[in-house]
Amino acid sequence: MYEDKNYIEGLLSGIKSLCIGLKTTMREFFTKKITEQYPENRGKLVMFDRFRGSLTMPHNENNEHKCVGCGLCEMACPNGTIKVTSEFYTAEDGKKKKRLVKYEYNLGSCMFCQLCTRACPHGAIEFNQSFENAVFDRSKLILVLNHEGSKVMEKKVVKKAEPEAKSKEQTA
Amino acid sequence: MFDFSIISSWLHGLLTGFMPEWAAILTESILVALVIITLYAIFAIVLIYMERKVCAFFQCRLGPMRVGPFGTLQVFSDVFKMLTKEIINLRGTDLFLHNLAPFLVVMASMITFACLPWNVGAQIIDFNVGIFFFLAVSSIGVVGILLAGWSSNNKYSLIGAMRSGAQIISYELSIGMTMLTMICLTGTMSFSEICQQQYAEGWNIFRGHLPAVIAFILYLIAGNAECNRGPFDLPESESELTAGYHTEYSGMHFGYYYLAEYMNLFICAGMATTVFLGGWAPLHIAGLEGFNGIMDYIPGAVWFIGKTLFVVFLLMWLRWTFPRLRIDQILSLEWKYLVPISMANLILMAIIVSNGLHF
Repeated sequence: MYEDKNYIEGLLSGIKSLCIGLKTTMREFFTKKITEQYPENRGKLVMFDRFRGSLTMPHNENNEHKCVGCGLCEMACPNGTIKVTSEFYTAEDGKKKKRLVKYEYNLGSCMFCQLCTRACPHGAIEFNQSFENAVFDRSKLILVLNHEGSKVMEKKVVKKAEPEAKSKEQTA
Repeated sequence: MFDFSIISSWLHGLLTGFMPEWAAILTESILVALVIITLYAIFAIVLIYMERKVCAFFQCRLGPMRVGPFGTLQVFSDVFKMLTKEIINLRGTDLFLHNLAPFLVVMASMITFACLPWNVGAQIIDFNVGIFFFLAVSSIGVVGILLAGWSSNNKYSLIGAMRSGAQIISYELSIGMTMLTMICLTGTMSFSEICQQQYAEGWNIFRGHLPAVIAFILYLIAGNAECNRGPFDLPESESELTAGYHTEYSGMHFGYYYLAEYMNLFICAGMATTVFLGGWAPLHIAGLEGFNGIMDYIPGAVWFIGKTLFVVFLLMWLRWTFPRLRIDQILSLEWKYLVPISMANLILMAIIVSNGLHF
């Protein structure tokens, strides 16, 4: 490094770079500390948005979710964590349709890769920020994500041709 | 200024009142030794806590927070842990030397600790060649480190000890040079006279202006290396040598090294305070009599400890900023940079003093 400079130049540039280092650490000394004191600040601890806590299926206030039971997430999962049970029924207009019966998610074998949420065409599942996943029994890790008596959200804006066609393609 | 010798002479009078002279002096010596050892332990605890907090803050963390308020009891619990641990004697070690080494290290740092001027009249070892004595005694620590490395019968310990020896002995040179520069300015080697002079005429770092500031910076660099700390901690570089010369030590024997490391830091800072920043002398600004009067009301010990902790903070700042140097870089820094600069600085100081250009 300093072989190609002469002695004085090397000395001065060395001192300069040392001072830059000292300045950086001194600035760091006065910045806000990022340590979270976890059990104490449990009430107001907010994890960052992209944190992958555990898989959830958001439901709206009418107990409706967006899952159509296509099973793409189940196929995308490398660990076999997700088990989607669906059934066919005849709707009022006489068409045969598929609907979700049970969406089982095994937190114990999930590796939080987010492939399922990427695979979902409707954005029906997502990861939330809860990380307190410890339980005493392994069976408690198998979660049913769709709520009791919930049903799929009826599409009100399906008059637009394009997404309609797309969703038909997938449900078929 | 409050003169501590009032208390010590009162105690001496009290003791000689009911016991012969020799017994009084013996009692005083024991009392002083107890005080030194207590202070030694207290300051080690303060410094370890400070190191952990300062280090954490430089790394954008909080440091110890759980044991006691703001983690203040953390170090006490660490000390108790250390005291209860077993001292293991390993097969193949030279038992006598192995057990002797930590005591040499602690002894060296305790004797140098006793040199520090705490207040007016509160000095334990004070005679006309004080700085000389300080430099000589501080080198006993190297013997302890080398013995530890040799007697451990472990290649990592030996490499660490050899590195430490090479490093301490070479940096001793620039410490000696910077001290010589300051002696050139003060004209005395006695710590009490140096402090008295700085009380009367202002701190040496202001009196000696440019060469004193250069000497101060050189002293901080060399002092950090003397303590085996900071960017110069390759004798105990944990990534290559596990822990260097104290790899094979456990329990309180390891604790002594730990203690001595932190106390050497304190002593190094205390010596910088004494020689450059006025020791117990309060901050005086020429012409502001009222301000000087107020400053005089703050006891000398507070000034001394405050300034020392400030210098300790500077050293910790260095330590947690720079990455560790290689052995060749350490030696080239010393022999190609620090020694020539300190020699030139000594000549500059001599010119300034002989022409009366200082304040």
